[in-house]
Amino acid sequence: MYDISTYEEATTIQEALQYLKENPSSKVIAAGSDVLIKIREGKMAGASLVSIIKIEELKKIEKDKDGNIHIGPLVNFTQLEEDPIIREHLPYLGQGGGTMGGPQLRNIASIGGNICNGATSADSGSTLVCLNAQLTLTSLDLERVVPIGEFYTGPGRVDLKAGELLTDIVILRQDYEGYVGKYTKFAQRKSMDIATIGCAVMMKLQGRVIEDFRLAYGVAAPTPVRCPVAEAYAKGLTLTKENARAIGEKALEDVSPRDSWRGSKAYREQLIKVLAERAIWELANGGGEQDA
Amino acid sequence: MEFTTIGKSVVRKDAAAKVTGKAKYTRDMEPKNMLHAKVLRSTITHGIVKHIDTSKAEAMEGVLKVLTPFNIPSGNFPTAGHPFSLDPAHQDIADRKALTDRVRFYGDEVAAVIAVDELTARKALKLIDVVYEELPFYLDAEEALKEGAVEIHEGSKNITGHNTYTVGDVDIRDAFAQADYIFEDVLEVQPVQHVQMENHVAYAYIEGNGRLVIVSSTQIPHIARRVVSQALNMPISNIRVIKPIIGGGFGNKQDVVVEPLVAVMTVMMNGQPVMYDMDREENISCTRTRHGVRFYMKTGVRKDGRFLAKELRAYGNGGAYAAHGHSIIGKIGGNFYRTYPAELATKYEGFTVYTNCSVAAAMRAYGIPQIAFATEAHVDNIAKEMNIDPIKLREMNMVKEGFKDKLSGVTINTCGLPDIVKKAKEYLHWDEKIKEYANQTGEIRRGVGMAIFSYPTATWPVALEIGGARIVMNQDGGVQLQMGATEIGQGAATVFSQMAAETIGIPYEKVNFEEFTDTDIAPFDTGAYASRQSYVGGKAVKKAALEVKDKLLTRASVLLSLEKGDLDTQDGQIIRKDNGQQVASVADIALDSYYNYHTADTIAADVTATVETNGIAFGGSAAEIEIDMRTGRIEFLKLINIHDSGTILNHMLAEGQVHGGMSMSLGYALSEVMLYDQKTGKPLNNNLLDYKLPTLMDTPSLDVSFVEPYEPTGPYGNKALGEPPTVPTAAAIRNAVLQATGVKVNVLPMNPQTLFEHFLDAGLIEEA
Repeated sequence: MYDISTYEEATTIQEALQYLKENPSSKVIAAGSDVLIKIREGKMAGASLVSIIKIEELKKIEKDKDGNIHIGPLVNFTQLEEDPIIREHLPYLGQGGGTMGGPQLRNIASIGGNICNGATSADSGSTLVCLNAQLTLTSLDLERVVPIGEFYTGPGRVDLKAGELLTDIVILRQDYEGYVGKYTKFAQRKSMDIATIGCAVMMKLQGRVIEDFRLAYGVAAPTPVRCPVAEAYAKGLTLTKENARAIGEKALEDVSPRDSWRGSKAYREQLIKVLAERAIWELANGGGEQDA
Repeated sequence: MEFTTIGKSVVRKDAAAKVTGKAKYTRDMEPKNMLHAKVLRSTITHGIVKHIDTSKAEAMEGVLKVLTPFNIPSGNFPTAGHPFSLDPAHQDIADRKALTDRVRFYGDEVAAVIAVDELTARKALKLIDVVYEELPFYLDAEEALKEGAVEIHEGSKNITGHNTYTVGDVDIRDAFAQADYIFEDVLEVQPVQHVQMENHVAYAYIEGNGRLVIVSSTQIPHIARRVVSQALNMPISNIRVIKPIIGGGFGNKQDVVVEPLVAVMTVMMNGQPVMYDMDREENISCTRTRHGVRFYMKTGVRKDGRFLAKELRAYGNGGAYAAHGHSIIGKIGGNFYRTYPAELATKYEGFTVYTNCSVAAAMRAYGIPQIAFATEAHVDNIAKEMNIDPIKLREMNMVKEGFKDKLSGVTINTCGLPDIVKKAKEYLHWDEKIKEYANQTGEIRRGVGMAIFSYPTATWPVALEIGGARIVMNQDGGVQLQMGATEIGQGAATVFSQMAAETIGIPYEKVNFEEFTDTDIAPFDTGAYASRQSYVGGKAVKKAALEVKDKLLTRASVLLSLEKGDLDTQDGQIIRKDNGQQVASVADIALDSYYNYHTADTIAADVTATVETNGIAFGGSAAEIEIDMRTGRIEFLKLINIHDSGTILNHMLAEGQVHGGMSMSLGYALSEVMLYDQKTGKPLNNNLLDYKLPTLMDTPSLDVSFVEPYEPTGPYGNKALGEPPTVPTAAAIRNAVLQATGVKVNVLPMNPQTLFEHFLDAGLIEEA
């Protein structure tokens, strides 16, 4: 039994925005795999909810004429993993989503919810940060586009204003074309767990030379973070085991993992190094997932 | 021994009901007008409730009553699922009340709300104000024993129980003096939790005739009845406990946890039904746990590897209340002596200590996973130091058939250990792998390891062993089998039915077992624990079945005018012994027993069996693993448990038991631990995300093998199997880590971070 005071169910974006405007303190709920847990824990006691789960226009994945990929925020992780456009161009995003929870969760949990929940451990977070995803935030009065890196404002906090709804997640063509990528989740368990460290790597290669490099982590900082120092260091390097290791070590300058009972700072730093190093080496040797 | 039904993988009696959702659990049985309760749990770890203000909660709509320690009729009661002792000195410590004004752990039960529904009750809890006076708290057993520590229970010195023994013909100091080498280890195992699928749940109501009825998910309905009678000072005959189908217990429901509270509640509500269904969070941190134990272990060894002298000091963290008292740490002592008997002398000193952690009590295998880990790790450490093959060292020192236990008086009749060790060696290709995996370097390393154990069946001679069975033959030759022994998911209903079918000589399908244990109907039995039921209850079934068979043959001989001694039963038929000819069906005789105008006398038996023997079970585990040295992650290449549980009554069910036990041991080995905030004593990970129970994806292929000596003291040659599978696996994995890396990991769990830290300390990995 959940402590919910009101529940409205929208079938269009317009309707949802109307509800949100009328009741600015209400919270958006999709499948509820984050929201209901919070309510059960008593964190949102007596919440007013606006459900968007029946808004079909938010459930599509499309490539536009410019080659940009639009992912509807209500796309769930099973759909993401199995979608032909994602498989062709962003397989590592689908694969990363496939590490989340278990099949039941992935059948309901949405990518938009994963973003708006603001958790540093979100399994789509570090890859979306690497991809520089552009988020469309819509209210009755305004529509604005925010890069995901700016959307995350702190632990569990995002730049979502009262009355706003996330209506589109856009991956621009230049952000994925020609890249290979890989998401590695290291958790205590192989399913039904949150990451001790999540690591997303994207590379553009010119033979054995790294032409472009993107690296991001989850749980290495209060929000998913890119690694500008390691990225700059990696560009132009030749792919060797030593260089892969050096890039991983460089990443420590970009992150600020915490000491907690869930994992020590020293251990998280170890994973930060090892996961990047191994992902780079695997990608260098034809492993991982790439834009077909 | 030739059997017809015993040993066959017949389908579980409750299989169809469970997979189709028809099986009725406690929450499926709700009567009308049910009220719901929630418990206010302390937000301090140790202290005194000075004042409780319930006025705001009482004023809330939908709230019927708010209970506090000051307004309820509850005396002190013990909670252990032990048989009652007629000797007051051996009775379980009665240190609990349904609610308490003295807080002894974070989450102790301070008040309760009865409301029209759970949500209302939950909301009302937030309106209760409690004023506490805080006391210093102790999370570590040895800290709680320090001079000047505040007593968690007055007059206890924080010792729940303490025992010591020395066995051997030689003084322990002389025995160590004769040793060529002395090895010492400090080993530590963590508290873990059962996490049975169905949380503790019970409801109670008072019938029209004034009798109190409690429906509860319990392993021990008859004991629960007795304890509620103690708690409410109510005659035992006025209480009826009903156990529906239950979703697992693993020892957590071998304690009386929620029954007294729901009984008190319905009494306060004039008999209206009141339910209390715990949340998972409460269930993990506020019910029972396995004891965390610290071991100081010492062994004196002769040059050839023979153990001459052994000494152990064990500190068990018993948590905030006595529960099972000193029984578990006591059992550890017996096991320490038995599995590897020292040639000259053995000394043990065990403490069970009150701390401000969650209450430790029974959990599958009752102390033996703890001591088996410590012993098996210590044995491998000795083997490594002495450069002796660890299997050879085991073979030289492990207990053998015919061994007479000087502590318990039990003689070991059958011992499968030699065959178990042989099978483990073959399974692992031990001799080759030991060579292949020596002196590895690199990021990924492999290793093999094994562990063994011994395990008593039931509790004799420590406690009373009694079991009842009733068999009534129906008109068609089928039977109703009723027992006080409880089906808790382990398959008791099925194997008891196999036993009855075997001995009466009827098909398994003709036996109906009542899975609901109702203390008004079921014969007396103390319940499901100590791997006792197929051994103790089995003896009762056999006794009742023999009586039924005898009555059946007597009636058949009169009816058929044949000598009784010439007749037997087989597969539902009465046959002639000499030529196997069918002379009547069991159904013919059964029908006659009901309706014979002159001699009608239904065929039935109602018996009690007591047991004054103990068939020691054995087993081992063998593991081949691969370790990622830089992340500390273990992967499995091969994993097996091999058991000597005597005759296997049903191979399919037995394999299921072993798979479950291995899974539990995998969590113990690699991931599970109950964590507390050291500054506040608050549990940190009492939820299914942070308490790392292994998932199916973390579970390798689990191999199972049995050796089956016929145990003469078991009713069908059987010994313990319910608990043993959870004993050896963690130690085998630990020893494989040692073989792979040379690093002695003397603590559990070996989660990735712990292994990483060990490898870093050992200088095996170079990290900036």
